[in-house]
Amino acid sequence: MTRMAATRDGYGQALLDMASNEKVVVLEADLGKSTKSLHFRKAYPERTVSCGIGEQNMMLTAAGLAASGYIPFASTFAIFTERAFEQMRNGIARPNLPVHLCGSHGGTHTGTDGSSAQSIEDLAIFRTLPNVVVLHPCDDVSTRVLTNQLIELNQPSYTRTARNKTPVFYDGRENEVTIGKGVVLNTGSDVAIIACGVMVSEAMKAAESLATKGINAAVVDMHTIKPLDTELIDKLARDCGALVTAEDHNIIGGLGGSVAEFLSSNIPTPLERVGVKDRFGESGQAAEMLDLMEISAPFIALAAERAINRKQ
Amino acid sequence: MTMSIDELEELARRCRVEIVKMVYRAQAGHPGGSLSEIDLLCALYGNYLRVKPDDPEWDDRDRFILSKGHASPGMYAILAEMNFISSQDLESYRVLGGVCQGHVDSKWCPGVDFSAGSLGMGLSFGMGCAVAGRLSNSNRNVFVMLGDGEIQEGSVWEAAMAAKHHELGNLKVILDCNRIQNDDFCETQMRMFDIPAKWRSFGWDVKEIDGHNMEQITEGLDFLVQNKANPSVLIAHTIKGKGVSYMEDNPAFHGAAPNDEQYSVAMSELGEVVS
Ligand SMILES: Cc1ncc(C[n+]2csc(CCOP(=O)(O)OP(=O)(O)O)c2C)c(N)n1
Repeated sequence: MTRMAATRDGYGQALLDMASNEKVVVLEADLGKSTKSLHFRKAYPERTVSCGIGEQNMMLTAAGLAASGYIPFASTFAIFTERAFEQMRNGIARPNLPVHLCGSHGGTHTGTDGSSAQSIEDLAIFRTLPNVVVLHPCDDVSTRVLTNQLIELNQPSYTRTARNKTPVFYDGRENEVTIGKGVVLNTGSDVAIIACGVMVSEAMKAAESLATKGINAAVVDMHTIKPLDTELIDKLARDCGALVTAEDHNIIGGLGGSVAEFLSSNIPTPLERVGVKDRFGESGQAAEMLDLMEISAPFIALAAERAINRKQ
Repeated sequence: MTMSIDELEELARRCRVEIVKMVYRAQAGHPGGSLSEIDLLCALYGNYLRVKPDDPEWDDRDRFILSKGHASPGMYAILAEMNFISSQDLESYRVLGGVCQGHVDSKWCPGVDFSAGSLGMGLSFGMGCAVAGRLSNSNRNVFVMLGDGEIQEGSVWEAAMAAKHHELGNLKVILDCNRIQNDDFCETQMRMFDIPAKWRSFGWDVKEIDGHNMEQITEGLDFLVQNKANPSVLIAHTIKGKGVSYMEDNPAFHGAAPNDEQYSVAMSELGEVVS
């Protein structure tokens, strides 16, 4: 049986891992129970700053801490990080302060809370900020490893985690996870599916169904959206000649946009982008949402066939 | 025709039953803040709000903005009682394609004036509606329901300052002071000290009431509608989860659903026979 877990739990665990570093400070905006920073708060209340329901204040408080030699980890829902976007831009990215922001409950997969809670633009907007590293891991293990690596990073970051449980891929494979390096979870030569977050397991399912048709699909976990692993994408484009991106995010500006930017300037290759088609979500269960948005495994498989058909 | 205190209390009891049923069926949602606000909503819709259920988009209606949009079960319950939506629609709470989205949404549900879900936005929107009412020479009122956790958002105070600057006497806030927010009590999350003094210092007229006492609620809403000179706020002291013993004053029921056993306890406490 595959273990199931939510990436947000990996974030909560990582905060505890890093607690031995006394410079690590955690900031909350009344969603610690949800983002999982609550475990740190309970163990280290003196190093946890409750900002009430005030995301903008939280982000610049973190900036002040970072400028004073601390390593702040702030979290809220992905959607509410966006409220403090300009604080992130002018107060954190511009002075290049190592503030680490985590947005949990990202994407439509977050479910029945509905469209107001389903961030489908966070990866795009944070990716446009100079200096900011953008992560979107697919399981609790890789989230834990990547979050731990942030501490060495002397620059700001944004990590999107998810609310609901998905299959775990990295148990015992912790050492394969490094910021900036995509991971090939399945090898294949006909098409490469590059996915992030909750879509990685959907991509794996798509690869299985493609295999029954004799199509060998590579699957890549692109947990780092920025800086993009262009070396790997270049190799995939050469080896497979057709690519698919898959993300629980607007089709505009996220992983697909990022891969398209690289390919078009460097190695034009047929690319099909699976993502939310520039529309808002609604209330529904996680799996229902992926179907409604036409981003679940069957849609990835169809996109893979389209990409293959476009090969010259 | 105004509703009597007894009628309002019975209306609120029925709404409480529906709130718990919605959250139980969905096994998700926000019972605490729905149960704390519901007496206020019943009196407002029952006796004050000038709206037309058969014409929900009527231009000159009073506006009601549930800024704490997670407390949607309370709003859906009263909208069903007022016939904006059917009692069947309540079963669509948090269901794919449903009229009753997780957070109140004007695109999905008749009678909803503002799509909420992100805290701290409703008062600014209400200010826009109030300016529009004045520009249209209308005497319609704009009511905005805020949570006490919600007023920690700085944008609330931008709107409060601006409403006084523009002397928006048609803008009225109802503040559901249930003392609990998402993670815990407000006292631990962010102390707000003297809330009435804060509003007064922004130039608002303030009245405090017990938000579960229909007589006091009536006096409070009278105060709001009679006050046309100044923006005014009714600070309602409430109990989160009011009416269901194990939910009362319990942060765990901000956003959690009752299990089977808890559900039957709730139904019997609310005087409802479960078949
Ligand atoms: C901008 C924003 N930040 C965080 C949240 C998550 N959230 C939903 S409800 C809630 C607590 C609200 O407390 P309060 O306003 O007191 O509402 P009530 O107790 O009446 O339910 C929080 C933090 C949100 N919806 N919007």
